[in-house]
Amino acid sequence: MRRRIVGAVLMVLSVSLAACRKKPVAIDPVPVKPSTVAGIDDEAARRLREREQEVRDSLARVQANQVSLAGTADAAALRAALEAPILFEYDAADMTEAGRAVLDAKLPILRTNTVVRIRVSGHTDARGSDEYNLALGLRRAASTRKYLADRGIAAARIDVVSFGEERPVTSGEDDAAFMKNRRAEFEILSGGESLRVPPK
Amino acid sequence: MSISRHGLSIRTLRRAVACALLGAAGSLYAQPGVRLGLIYGEGGKRPGIYVLPIAGPSGDSIRSIVMRDLDFGDRVTVLPRATALASPAGRAPIDYAAAARLGINGVIQVAIVGAGATLTLYDVAGKRVLQQKTLALPGVANALTWRSAVHGVSDLCEEWISGERGIASTKLAYVFDGRIWLIDSDGANATPVTAAGRALSPAWHPNGQSLVYTALEPAGSAIHIADLRGGGRRVVPPSGLNISPVFNPDGFSIAYAHGDDFGTELYVVGAIGGTPRRISIGRGSDNTSPTFSPDGRRIAFTSGRSGRPDVYIADEDGTNVDQLAALSSAGQAYRSSPDWSPDGRAIVFQSQFDGRFQAMLITLRDRSVTRLTNDGANEDPAWAPDSRHVVVSSTRSGARQLWVIDTETARARQVTVSAGARLAAWSPRLQK
Repeated sequence: MRRRIVGAVLMVLSVSLAACRKKPVAIDPVPVKPSTVAGIDDEAARRLREREQEVRDSLARVQANQVSLAGTADAAALRAALEAPILFEYDAADMTEAGRAVLDAKLPILRTNTVVRIRVSGHTDARGSDEYNLALGLRRAASTRKYLADRGIAAARIDVVSFGEERPVTSGEDDAAFMKNRRAEFEILSGGESLRVPPK
Repeated sequence: MSISRHGLSIRTLRRAVACALLGAAGSLYAQPGVRLGLIYGEGGKRPGIYVLPIAGPSGDSIRSIVMRDLDFGDRVTVLPRATALASPAGRAPIDYAAAARLGINGVIQVAIVGAGATLTLYDVAGKRVLQQKTLALPGVANALTWRSAVHGVSDLCEEWISGERGIASTKLAYVFDGRIWLIDSDGANATPVTAAGRALSPAWHPNGQSLVYTALEPAGSAIHIADLRGGGRRVVPPSGLNISPVFNPDGFSIAYAHGDDFGTELYVVGAIGGTPRRISIGRGSDNTSPTFSPDGRRIAFTSGRSGRPDVYIADEDGTNVDQLAALSSAGQAYRSSPDWSPDGRAIVFQSQFDGRFQAMLITLRDRSVTRLTNDGANEDPAWAPDSRHVVVSSTRSGARQLWVIDTETARARQVTVSAGARLAAWSPRLQK
């Protein structure tokens, strides 16, 4: 964008330099007060002011873009932290230490962005009864919600659901696959468009 | 109809002698409702049955289906083509002497007459017609109603021969590829019932005309009824977890598991809706997968109340809870998924051995436990309406398929051909 502005400026300058020889219209887009340009009539002065404003507007747009790009990077990081899953031990629904760390990272974001609502889904590995695993998945989602609610997040902002063993992230019947499937996932239901960075 | 009439006392005497000589189940005599005039095998073996070739354009199809149905019933030995028997289809008499020499105890004859068929069962030992009936055989050959009528022929033959009506006129409902499917008990006509999505745990209404199942939606799980003639409705909305539904044997209510922040408990709700009533007291544990006794007065279910999943039995209102199988009997780590036999005498369930489930049977009279499977992993056992065959979801052939196991002979046969079939439920007899 900047290059384009510079290019445009150069082009206008060269045109104006060329035009100076032929026509009475002098165009100098670099901010210069019209009163300091000698020998220019009213029409030319008006056009000069227009050009100045165009350049100012372009520069202002460039600056605004840069700010929102930085905001996008922050928002993506916040969303990732909110959506990060946690894993569980076999047949268990209580938090591991790693799980607690991931959940603790969500707390300030949720406290700062009070309109955000999330859905926690509980999942199991493929061992065990299909039906009983739905209850175990719910237990995982519910204990996750309790962890967050005990630390100040309103339970009404957190939906819980269970998919049991029905939605594995990976197939395979080795311990590594089983471990990846024993998890709680997080989905942002609303309020995720404009996340604000929590204060330090 | 031509059934020979003999003096009851003579017949009784002859049968008693035959039973004693053949060593056949003399206890049959002690059972109420046993009809005189069954077909017996020699030396306590199953009777050998021969189906005469059937004339007419669909004759071969009918014969194949009947022979296969009788074989799948596991109560008779179906004998292959016996050209020496000679008597052409449609003409009596049977060459009884030749049949006896071939080890044939009963001969079935089907004569197609217009839109029906006359079915005759010959008793080789008695050298006479034992039963005869004309049945409707509607529709074009291989159309669904026609096939269903042929299964009815097989089931009637089995009732005439063994005293027990067959289960060829039944279907299995099961989960495959996220939907509920139906398949005939002989493996034909696999058809989806629910739309694409994620449906689980089908269970039959006692009249065989609808299924109740779990619909797993993004926001939660709900209980739905699918009418097999078309249409359906929701019984329990997706608030919290709502899973593993079954109809009460009277068809008027549904038991299911409902989960919330405090655990998953069993509830009963009217099939037309209403306020659910809680029937389990799990004290924060998880309780799922209820199954009713045939009189509807008791339930068995899976519960984690002891710290690990096990099967329990209780009164229908949730009182008098008892562990179903003593811990000392086979497989203690994880037991679940009970199904109560239609005759009330036994419960099948799954139990984990070396990380894999196997199907188990417990007789309620003495709580003795039998292991039904060994090959691969075998889950979700469910009874056939004859209280003798059990369907399981088995990995014995490599992929997960439905297999039917005969609890008396241990014979196993594969039913589905699409990998991933599970959570099967067996219909009641669909033709009386």
